[in-house]
Amino acid sequence: MRRPPPAPVSAPAITRRRVLGSAAALGAWAQIGTAAAASDELAAAVSSYAGGAPVRTGKVRLEIAELVDNGNVVPLSVTVDSPMTAGDHVLAIAVFNEKNPQRDVARFTLGPRAGKASVTTRVRLATTQQLVAVAQLSDGSFWSHTVNVIVTLAACIEGDP
Amino acid sequence: MARTLINAPSTARRGDVIEIRTTIAHPMETGFRPGEDGKILPRDIIRRLSCRYNGELVFSAELFSAVAANPYVAFHTVATDSGTLALTWEGDKGFTQTENISLRVAG
Repeated sequence: MRRPPPAPVSAPAITRRRVLGSAAALGAWAQIGTAAAASDELAAAVSSYAGGAPVRTGKVRLEIAELVDNGNVVPLSVTVDSPMTAGDHVLAIAVFNEKNPQRDVARFTLGPRAGKASVTTRVRLATTQQLVAVAQLSDGSFWSHTVNVIVTLAACIEGDP
Repeated sequence: MARTLINAPSTARRGDVIEIRTTIAHPMETGFRPGEDGKILPRDIIRRLSCRYNGELVFSAELFSAVAANPYVAFHTVATDSGTLALTWEGDKGFTQTENISLRVAG
C-alpha cells in the first residue's frame, strides 16, 4: 500500500501556526497599548500634582515589597531626605498608582513641625503595576521615586470580603 | 464610634522627634466593588486624618479608595510642649471622630 505524497502547502493558506502567531502578536500589541495608556495617566496625575513644575528623581524613597502576595493590604512607606528645618522642609508627599481604578493613593501634608519626613500606610493594589511617590519641598521643587510591584493576589476582586 | 488604636510615647524630651502610629476600624469601601446583588457598593471611606498639637495642625493625610481597610497611618512630629495631640478622622457618610492623647515634654 502506498501513501499519496503530502499535498504541497500553498503560500497564503491559513495554517495553525500562522493563526497562533498572529493572535499572539495581536495580544502583545493590545497589552502594550493599554500599558502605555496607563503610564500616560500616571504621568498626567504626577504632573498635575506638581502643577506643571519639573519632577526630578531622587531625594524620595518609596519602600514597598517588590513581590506582593496579598494586594488587599500592602505596607508602604515614603521617606524624604530632608533636614526638616524651618527653611528647608518637605511640604507634602503624595503617592500615585498606575492601574487601580483611581490614580490617587494618598496625599500627606507635612511641615517643619513634622521633624522627620517619613510616612507609612497600607494600601490596596489591583494588579501588578508601578507606584510613584512625589514630594514637594519648601523651595518649590518636586522629587519622585518610581517602583514596580508584582502582585500575585489582587485586591478588589469580586466576592472579596 | 469606631475603635481606634494610637501608639505614641506619653513622655518625650523637648526637641525629640516622636512617631505616632494610628489605625481606625473602618471598612474603607472603595466604591468600585460589586456587592452580593451585583450592584456597585457605594463608597464609604475615611477621606482625611489630621493631627493638631495643642491646636496647631502639624500633619494631615488625604486618603483615597486605594488605602486598605482599617487605615493605618504613621507619621512624626517634634515634641515641643506638654499638651494634647488631637487626631481627627473624617470620612464619607458624615463620619467624624476625634481622639486625644496627652504628651508630657520634659527638659
